[in-house]
Amino acid sequence: MNNVATLESAHDPAVSESTGILRLQGLITGLQGFIWAAYKMMRFLLLFSRQGKLRLQKWFTPLTDREKKKVIRDMMMLVLARPPRSCNFLQWRDLKIVYKRYASLYFCAGLEDKDNELLALEVLHRYVELLDKYFGNVCELDIIFNFEKAYFILDEFLMGGEILETSKLAVGVSMEEADTLQETMEEYMSKPAY
Amino acid sequence: MPAPIRLRELIRTIRTARTQAEEREMIQKECAAIRSSFREEDNTYRCRNVAKLLYMHMLGYPAHFGQLECLKLIASQKFTDKRIGYLGAMLLLDERQDVHLLMTNCIKNDLNHSTQYVQGLALCTLGCMGSSEMCRDLAGEVEKLLKTSNSYLRKKAALCAVHVIRKVPELMEMFLPATKNLLSEKNHGVLHTSVVLLTEMCERSPDMLAHFRKLVPQLVRILKNLIMSGYSPEHDVSGISDPFLQVRILRLLRILGKGDDDSSEAMNDILAQVATNTETSKNVGNAILYETVLTIMDIKSESGLRVLAINILGRFLLNNDKNIRYVALTSLLKTVQTDHNAVQRHRSTIVDCLKDLDVSIKRRAMELSFALVNGNNIRGMMKELLYFLDSCDPEFKADCASGVFLAAEKYAPSKRWHIDTIMRVLTTAGSYVRDDSVPNLIQLITNSVEMHAYTVQRLYKALLDDISQQPLVQVASWCIGEYGDLLVSGQCEEEEPIQVTEDEVLDVLEGLLVSNLSTPVTRGYALTAIMKLSTRFTSVNRIKKVVSIYGSSIDVELQQRAVEYNALFKKYDHMRPALLERMPIMEKTASNGPTEIVQTNGEAEPSVVEAKHPPPVTQPTNQANDLLDLLGGNDVVPVIQTTVPTKPASAGGELLDLLGDLSLSGIPPMTAYNKNGLKIDFTFERANPNPNIAVITIHASNSTEADMTDFVFQAAVPKTFQLQLLSPSSNVVPTLNQGTVTQVIRVLNPQKQQLRMRIKLTYTHKGSAVQDLAEVNNFPPQSWQ
Repeated sequence: MNNVATLESAHDPAVSESTGILRLQGLITGLQGFIWAAYKMMRFLLLFSRQGKLRLQKWFTPLTDREKKKVIRDMMMLVLARPPRSCNFLQWRDLKIVYKRYASLYFCAGLEDKDNELLALEVLHRYVELLDKYFGNVCELDIIFNFEKAYFILDEFLMGGEILETSKLAVGVSMEEADTLQETMEEYMSKPAY
Repeated sequence: MPAPIRLRELIRTIRTARTQAEEREMIQKECAAIRSSFREEDNTYRCRNVAKLLYMHMLGYPAHFGQLECLKLIASQKFTDKRIGYLGAMLLLDERQDVHLLMTNCIKNDLNHSTQYVQGLALCTLGCMGSSEMCRDLAGEVEKLLKTSNSYLRKKAALCAVHVIRKVPELMEMFLPATKNLLSEKNHGVLHTSVVLLTEMCERSPDMLAHFRKLVPQLVRILKNLIMSGYSPEHDVSGISDPFLQVRILRLLRILGKGDDDSSEAMNDILAQVATNTETSKNVGNAILYETVLTIMDIKSESGLRVLAINILGRFLLNNDKNIRYVALTSLLKTVQTDHNAVQRHRSTIVDCLKDLDVSIKRRAMELSFALVNGNNIRGMMKELLYFLDSCDPEFKADCASGVFLAAEKYAPSKRWHIDTIMRVLTTAGSYVRDDSVPNLIQLITNSVEMHAYTVQRLYKALLDDISQQPLVQVASWCIGEYGDLLVSGQCEEEEPIQVTEDEVLDVLEGLLVSNLSTPVTRGYALTAIMKLSTRFTSVNRIKKVVSIYGSSIDVELQQRAVEYNALFKKYDHMRPALLERMPIMEKTASNGPTEIVQTNGEAEPSVVEAKHPPPVTQPTNQANDLLDLLGGNDVVPVIQTTVPTKPASAGGELLDLLGDLSLSGIPPMTAYNKNGLKIDFTFERANPNPNIAVITIHASNSTEADMTDFVFQAAVPKTFQLQLLSPSSNVVPTLNQGTVTQVIRVLNPQKQQLRMRIKLTYTHKGSAVQDLAEVNNFPPQSWQ
């Protein structure tokens, strides 16, 4: 794939004076129809299997369905093609892509150019730890059959692309307490034979 | 009506499908069932149905008919319903659909709900996908929740506020009062999200930034506590306490310290502490170090700290972990412009990374290597880069080849070296060079007059080996056409001349014409070359035969050329020698010329590289004009002159000759500047063979008792001159005349005007920055006459 070019994202601050307060407004850069909002930690988080099946998609910027599908396709293509012991970072358009493989699942995040990739690896790892704690020795099947819970856990950990809670314990407690509010516990907690 | 199938039952069923078609069938069946269930306004199972829809949506099937159902779920009183409803809204809706606005009221109600987890759901949804209108409507509620004492809600409100500000920046001031006590929180979640909020505000508004600078001491204290505190199991990651919070604080400190001396000073200590004490055995420690380095480089840190930072990056380069090496290369690439000398110190490590097995690292290393090439290290670097070019993957070859050409053009120490380098690239990566390199190379070769014999010989030998690489073949045929006479007469000085007969040369060129490997463009080059040789060789009859054969070629381009050349033989034979003469030196186009090397600074009129156009040539008869176009061939525009080309007035050609030999010329040295203990002497040399270029070496010495550090010498000359400043030997002028800083200036003075120069000196002496401007008018007449 030799069109994985790096593009400089052009930020053109428009400064307007109003009641004596200067305001900087980040303009939105358009890239081939994609609308990326400036200044976000994470643009998206995807989980997919080696066979290219999507298991979770979290988008932190508004994109059309078509654009989302394109990103997913590209990510799968790029990440699944990487040789086994490569470094976990690659460049795609103007984003840094950080990915890590845990058993049969790839965790893939798209970051802004100025973000800390090494920390992003820790973020991915933390999410895996949270899933592991909740499900008890989590495996891909857990995430397939309980995808909504994976989302709930993610929403207690990240919001808008930023970390919400840095304590594993606190996230666990929130999930436990929220789960107790579920009215139809039996269905929610049922673990059918896979 | 039987109850709809359960979610996990459906998942299990769909997974048993053996083909895509089978899966689609199951999905369609279930979708139909769900649709009818929605139509019946079934409250009991709506949640289950929407959950199933979300699963199918993840598989890639359309689920838009569930959007309104999500809204109904959100409006429900049951927590289970709300949870799935909000999830569905985040997955299926976005601000493009008008439907999402209907959520606003529900979210507003839920933000005031008695259960914090419901409030949390509402904040989360708003904070993830709230549109500008929604944000405007609900900002007040978010602001209220930001002030609550409930830390669960407070942290969610903080990030929701961040989203609101991103969507509607004007609302930022509204959140200012609520930020007052955010940093006094003990709860790490609130602390982290508060730092994110403060960062967002500072990035967006210089006023906010100024306002929040006073938080620097508090932030430093929090960071210090994190580092010094004992083991806290709740926040520990491999022995480090809450690395996420540490990194976020470092980033905020970076923004607050940038451009501000006081703040930068206040954080110097803690940065040094983090840089030296952080455990580097695991990725998490390195993540913190990385952020620290970025912060140090951005703020006004003292030089010792900066050196520490670059050294950390240098250590990163040697780390076993690929990720860390990659990150180091990326950071060095960003700093190479500003801290060039410091990065140069790590050059050998960076060059070693070219041999890394990892593709991402190789690419970064290549980019960084090209950024580090300068006049001093060009030979060594080029050896490494050419080796890299030989052995790298095809995806790199084009970029690497272009980079080599560019670097060679800028810094080639001699013509011969330049030509050899080009030959090397063409022979090893010839099929990957960009199309525009061929005309550029031809231009370069033409302008290197004394290397013609050597060049054509080397190219001829390369052709004998391999005719598959088209750019090489094209350049070679062009040269043989131009300089075939030199080839045959064995005039080469640079290396052992080979014995070649005219027939052998024509054999090779004809071989190109018939070979399957040659593209049509290459064939055109070959035919034109053969034609040109008719004025340089004696075996004209053979050439006439070839030309007439191709008069009936199927290739239209070749046919046209052959026919016109034939006409040249038959009807215009008297003009042939003039038309097929040697090409004169060509104009270099502005886009890739040495204009980038010219460095002038200061307030004086900067010298501008003017593209001088050659004088107009009177045209011979009209018919000859038509034929003139034939010899264009490439993209280069030649100027047909009937006289042997002398020194051209073109700027580009002159500066290329700069890279020729130097010789002492007996011009007396002079003192250009002598003030406050800083003395700058100029010594002169003339660059042979171009007498229009004066090479001045400045020698800066310091007679005071303190070193002059960060010494930068800048010079500007009037418009009619051109200036090139090479890198200085160092930027510290040692005390008490213990050493000098030298720097080379080349001045091009084609109009032989009196040399004048304005110089600007900046340095740091005894802790304070010194700046001075001076005019230098006392140049000895021999330096510019």
